[in-house]
Amino acid sequence: MSQTETENKLLQPFALVGKYFMDILAEAGAMFIFLMDGLLHIFSSTGIFNKTVKELYFIGVKSLTVISLIGLFTGMVVGLQTQYALSKFGSDGFLGSAVALSLVRELGPVLTAIMLTGRAGSSMTAEIGVMRISEQIDALELMDINPMNYLVSPKLLASLISFPILTALFDLIGIAGGYMTGVSLLGGNSGVYWHRVHTALGWDDISTGFSKSLIFAVLVCTVCCFQGYFTHHRKDGKGPEGVSQATTTAVVMSCVLVLVADYIITSLLL
Amino acid sequence: MSSTAPDIRIENLTIGYDGNPVVTDINATLPGGGISVILGRSGCGKSTLLKNILKLNTPMDGAVYLGRHNIYKLKRKAFRCLKQRIGVLFQDGALLGALTLFDNVALPLREHTRLKQPEIYEVVKSKLSLVGLEKFMDYYPNELSGGMRKRAGLARAMVMDPDILFCDEPTSGLDPINSAELDGLLLELKERFDMTIVVVSHDLASLETIADYVVVLGEGKTLFKGQKEELLATEEPYLRQFLDREGAKRETPRVTTAPLDPSVMKMDCAKYIGDLNSN
Repeated sequence: MSQTETENKLLQPFALVGKYFMDILAEAGAMFIFLMDGLLHIFSSTGIFNKTVKELYFIGVKSLTVISLIGLFTGMVVGLQTQYALSKFGSDGFLGSAVALSLVRELGPVLTAIMLTGRAGSSMTAEIGVMRISEQIDALELMDINPMNYLVSPKLLASLISFPILTALFDLIGIAGGYMTGVSLLGGNSGVYWHRVHTALGWDDISTGFSKSLIFAVLVCTVCCFQGYFTHHRKDGKGPEGVSQATTTAVVMSCVLVLVADYIITSLLL
Repeated sequence: MSSTAPDIRIENLTIGYDGNPVVTDINATLPGGGISVILGRSGCGKSTLLKNILKLNTPMDGAVYLGRHNIYKLKRKAFRCLKQRIGVLFQDGALLGALTLFDNVALPLREHTRLKQPEIYEVVKSKLSLVGLEKFMDYYPNELSGGMRKRAGLARAMVMDPDILFCDEPTSGLDPINSAELDGLLLELKERFDMTIVVVSHDLASLETIADYVVVLGEGKTLFKGQKEELLATEEPYLRQFLDREGAKRETPRVTTAPLDPSVMKMDCAKYIGDLNSN
């Protein structure tokens, strides 16, 4: 074996790792351009209002039940655990602060985004993916109807509106859930609970929660629409299999990105 | 009366995927006002050629002129205007699944015209009645048969009164009666609307009924271009074999393996269903 061949063999693992990271970088770049295109079309799109209302109904209204349920039970669990922990140190009075802060700053935006990824994001990917493989997107292009304009921008706008509203709903119902377990079930003081909720929550906490939910909306919608839109470029599956792979990738990638982004935003804003 | 519909000129076009050519050096002029059929065996590059003519794919080399415009050199807005002058019927209709038939056909009108809802209704109704689907306006695409979806796709392709109509395998998957109806419809459209129609197909019955001009692709090149009558009279062996629907001649038999021995089956089916031939 010549020296060059030996060197090539030794360098091959590094080349593979390098290629892997280059591919990730290229996909991130393509996703960023896709997002910018989608955002630009919000302003240039004709008839975006009607399409956005339809998407708002799907992403927002149809998610109300699941978000309410998750919010309620998350609040109840947080109430139980926190009351249990605080009572060990004789600090039961801080239950309201603990529940409100953990929900508004962290759990509300993150869990809402993850639930919406599963409920709405996955169907965005599947819908756009099926349209791609059945030539519906080609048909739109040939009818001179911009698919970004028709499919992606209304979803992006609807996500930007629904994510913060649903996060607020999650927070409110979660705080009520914390009250149900911490106060009604475990006998905490009702007045102290609400007083602590009121005094602990500042505008900073609320704006942090909303900022996160807006960023998560952009992340989830971009990832899910992108994966569906480029289903036909996937190497791990074509046709219906490609759509199912794209949907799985979209959900996993969105959830991971939400948690990574949550850490970055929290560390920047704290 | 001579036609005013635009010609389609294909010049030195080489098409392919990922740098691998599928068909090289295609040169043809599809005459305006007629029906041109792009013919060839499955996988010979017919649909790829159509995608290149429609600029859904980028060719490796060459040019396509719709009328006097080279579509690859047109500016964005000019190409947008050109797209509004063409109609495309996809293989399965490519109707938007979330919209009713009415909304599917109305979509280009809503996006590109200033027509009010009552006017849109009239236009859509007339196009749907052209294809015999006016009673199915409120149906969704998945509630229609394959033939109906194709006809609905044709109504949508026709809704802007295009100068050029492209049809990708319009009769594939249809029974002979539906195929004949669709062919009749294309002929009627040609007569009534003076448009250039390009049909991608491997259906010989359809070719004989509708074609004025034919381009045959195969073996990575253009095998024939000319009038239908010339093609039908050709003595060129490959084309003759295609037109006479003859399979390739083989010296050795194609089926060489013995039938599967029932003893290799995991389930003892004879126990449950016995011999299918015995009464």
